[in-house]
Amino acid sequence: MKLSFEKSRAGRSGLDRLDTAPGDEVLAELGDLLRTGELFLPQMSELETVRHYTALSRRNMGVDTDFYPLGSCTMKYNPKVNEVIAAMPGFTGLHPLAPAAAAGGWLKVYSDLERYLADITGMDAFTLHPMAGAHGELTGMMIVKAFCGGTGESRTKVLVPDSAHGTNPASAALCGFEVVNVPSAEDGMIHPHTLAEYVGSDTAALMLTNPNTLGIFEQHIRRVADMVHEAGGLLYYDGANLNAIAGRVKPGDMGFDVVHLNLHKTFATPHGGGGPGSGPVGVKGRLAEFLPVPRVEEKDGALTLSEDFPRSIGRLSGFYGNALVALKACAYILNLGPEGLAEMSALAVLNARYLLGLLTSGGWTLPYGAPCMHEFVLSGEDLPEGVHTMDVAKRLIDAGYHPPTVYFPLIVREAIMIEPTETESPEKLEEFAGVMNRILGEARDDPDVLKTAPSTTPVSRLDEALAARELNLACKRNGRT
Amino acid sequence: MAFVPHTAEDVARLLAAVGADSLDGLFSHLPGDVVSAAAAVPGPMDEDGLLRHFRTVSGRNAVHEAGMCFAGAGAYDHFIPAAVDALSGRSEFLTAYTPYQPELSQGWLQAIYEYQSMIVSLTGMDVANSSMYDGATALYEAVLMTLRVTRNRHRVLVSGTVNPLYRTVLRSYAANLALEITDVPMKDGTDDADRLRAAVDDGTSAVVVGYPAFTGSLADVSHLAEAAHDKGALLVASVYPTALAVAKSPGEMGADIVVGDGQPFGMPLSWGGPYLGFLAARDKYVRRMPGRIVGATVDTRGRRGFVLTLQTREQHIRREKAMSNICSNQAHTALRAAVYLTLLGPSGLRKVAAACMGNARELKERVLALEGVTPLYRNGLPWFNEFAVRLPAAAERVVQSLSGKGVLAGVPLARLAAGADEGALLLAATEKNRRDDIARFAEMLSKTLRELR
Amino acid sequence: MGEKVVPDGLYYTKEHEWLRVEGDVATIGVTDHAQQELGDITYVELPDPGTVFHQFEEAGVVESVKAASDVYCPVSGEVTKVNMELADDPVVVNAEPYDGGWLFKVRIEDPTELDNLMGAEEYKLLLGEEE
Repeated sequence: MKLSFEKSRAGRSGLDRLDTAPGDEVLAELGDLLRTGELFLPQMSELETVRHYTALSRRNMGVDTDFYPLGSCTMKYNPKVNEVIAAMPGFTGLHPLAPAAAAGGWLKVYSDLERYLADITGMDAFTLHPMAGAHGELTGMMIVKAFCGGTGESRTKVLVPDSAHGTNPASAALCGFEVVNVPSAEDGMIHPHTLAEYVGSDTAALMLTNPNTLGIFEQHIRRVADMVHEAGGLLYYDGANLNAIAGRVKPGDMGFDVVHLNLHKTFATPHGGGGPGSGPVGVKGRLAEFLPVPRVEEKDGALTLSEDFPRSIGRLSGFYGNALVALKACAYILNLGPEGLAEMSALAVLNARYLLGLLTSGGWTLPYGAPCMHEFVLSGEDLPEGVHTMDVAKRLIDAGYHPPTVYFPLIVREAIMIEPTETESPEKLEEFAGVMNRILGEARDDPDVLKTAPSTTPVSRLDEALAARELNLACKRNGRT
Repeated sequence: MAFVPHTAEDVARLLAAVGADSLDGLFSHLPGDVVSAAAAVPGPMDEDGLLRHFRTVSGRNAVHEAGMCFAGAGAYDHFIPAAVDALSGRSEFLTAYTPYQPELSQGWLQAIYEYQSMIVSLTGMDVANSSMYDGATALYEAVLMTLRVTRNRHRVLVSGTVNPLYRTVLRSYAANLALEITDVPMKDGTDDADRLRAAVDDGTSAVVVGYPAFTGSLADVSHLAEAAHDKGALLVASVYPTALAVAKSPGEMGADIVVGDGQPFGMPLSWGGPYLGFLAARDKYVRRMPGRIVGATVDTRGRRGFVLTLQTREQHIRREKAMSNICSNQAHTALRAAVYLTLLGPSGLRKVAAACMGNARELKERVLALEGVTPLYRNGLPWFNEFAVRLPAAAERVVQSLSGKGVLAGVPLARLAAGADEGALLLAATEKNRRDDIARFAEMLSKTLRELR
Repeated sequence: MGEKVVPDGLYYTKEHEWLRVEGDVATIGVTDHAQQELGDITYVELPDPGTVFHQFEEAGVVESVKAASDVYCPVSGEVTKVNMELADDPVVVNAEPYDGGWLFKVRIEDPTELDNLMGAEEYKLLLGEEE
């Protein structure tokens, strides 16, 4: 498909009238600073722009178009009502630096959501500022660092299981921590006797996802928490997988001190092609003084913003984070209520376990046993010689499914990570399992249809090595396209 | 309502298939002491109730009347054409994830490639990434990038022209890094070029400037770029992107990295987010850039297609050695910016920028005509759409008072920077502030000033 | 995976670098096994000539589309030369890991450090274990 730049005609614009625009005389004031370099933007009418982006939108898969069992990403249905709420002019119209007295509605949303999330996670205080899960991790690690600094001890190491998301070590490293990988045991869990070799007086924190990225609940979590605490460290909860336990198990009750959540996963805000997300961070009471500012506070019966927290890690975003995303999550929680949340996580687990049964009985290999929670990780290692997980993924596209997450977690060879979520029907799971099991057969009998897939998409497999070697990252007037 | 399709029979059938006796039974293998009481959140609420609730809550925000927002400081009340919502709101875009599987994500990937191309042209750079969280975090990421490029340098000079909120954010993150931040305050509302030049040394990784200054002035930064380059340091510019439609790009003046907030390109004010951090740089630094990058390539049949590229910089591959920890970004606001810029094109964007300038001049003239109001700076430099004045009353009280009357009169500088003059007020105009809006505002401001005196 | 070539007469490391000694200069590269594991190599980051490394210090990176592998300097010494051709044509590391695909040369500071490295037979055993 042509680029917008390639469809352009000089002089065309979708904005033909702007009543307040003066003549060009005002630009003369810029003198030597007047732009002389070309402004290379597409030149299209409004209808051409509409057709261009409508055509682009159709060259995608989304939750609204197809089953999207992308493990670890919780691609559940994003309720339409939340979009309507987030488009209310009373929310979208407010400037972030309007006086607090003018922001009563937003302050209430923030105050309410902070309280709801604290309750769901068993934490005492929350910040909604982090704008993505990884941003939440960084915020959490900064709080850990501030806490350790305050104790006067030298705690330099953050422990991360080998099954962790890559953001965990990356976030810890950004705070100057040394990252130490802790190996998972053969059952996919962190075992106290293994952990004992790593935890010590230099441990600042252990970062855990529970259920972990294999979809397995860490059975030894209470012992693990005690060990970390006895050594003087903190336990950090990566909330990527909260969808498995929300409304049923509180990370605070498991012993976690700091948590981040992904509102764009568990709380159903749309992923938007990769963002914006929201990664609120909650802490136990003794860490609350370190939360970022400004914080929502009640003062003389009214909500306001306060920066008066001398031990705070400071301001971490231009304003208060992705406010509209927080709003959608707030609406989702109210929509579901406590029973709805508990039903949500139970059906997420039920769907995953049912689908896992259909796939293992169809011949797929589950390298780590244990009952799965909301997701599970298969291995493509037993596929016939020369056929890889990626080939299965591409073949699924031809069948009309978004492929699962592949090649993650790193501890499973040829990993296929599947998370159906609670919003899919049993029929859809059966249909998907049927296709997966058929593909397993094709891998044996007709591997070529896998190797050459997908054939139904606008492009076939792309040369990623070429893209990395001969960089073409922007369309330029005098350059390549 | 958990948006689940399961009938009671479905649940019973699936439970039997997995060998569980009840939904609770699915969790029976969990250690008993971790299973908690249900959350005590309110709800459930039906859709009608939900809409009513949030309509009431949104009513507690005192939003300015149309055309009556004169606040900027990093967030601007620009007009958003209807097509931006209509196109970006298409659920094929909205409900997709990061385009890891390129064959089924060509729409998203091409849109981001086009977005990168537009940011490259605006900033005068060679490459742009697919987005950062916001303007403040984009600046922080740019500073980290200069540390990687220059190696073993630990000092960054930050001009007072950079938005004070961004400077505060930078300081928060720097606390955990081997990074020393030297603030070089403004001189009469612009970069203190002499002090900046004198302060660059062999340990400096970057000189960071605001363009325009957060108080509105535009200054040529070529000589600062030269001074930085002479010592092996980089010049980073934090910009207001609408201004670049008419003002010389930082790239033309020798900048190495350009960052900013793309909120003016189609994002509603929304109490601060989601906005759009953008980051663009010279070609030679592309491997030190944070964030996702889309590149063009070909498929097995030689057709052009797009993929996420240079992924070895990223956390999912490089883990603790990654250029950044960023994973989720602001793709959807980048899409909004791409639609906005495509719709306007160069002529439309220039019109918007010229309208901002024209209206801001009208506003400045009217405000300065009021008794006791004086300009805060008199540097004689060109300026875009924002300016600071000194009021004969506390700016905070003026803003509070007018806020109750449907007007956002600007941002008191004391709110952004401790120690600023209590009377100092930062005002901005956009294409939405029409002549009669400005006249009405001037009258209201005049009245308020008299009342408060 | 195809057959993995492990030439005699070279030194090897656990991290899959090889080292060839000529006088007091060592030529360093990554092994056939390493290039096969990485797949199509897209980029090679090399040290600046003149840099001095300690034994097993990080000296560069070899990247494919989906992986990045650090290269450690197998012996202490100063970098005397780097393979500039790889900048334009990194695929040479795939095609000729032991010849045209060499990465850099160092002047060996302490020949006794070579005792910490493996010979071809020992390295083959290591590869056998990893299979």
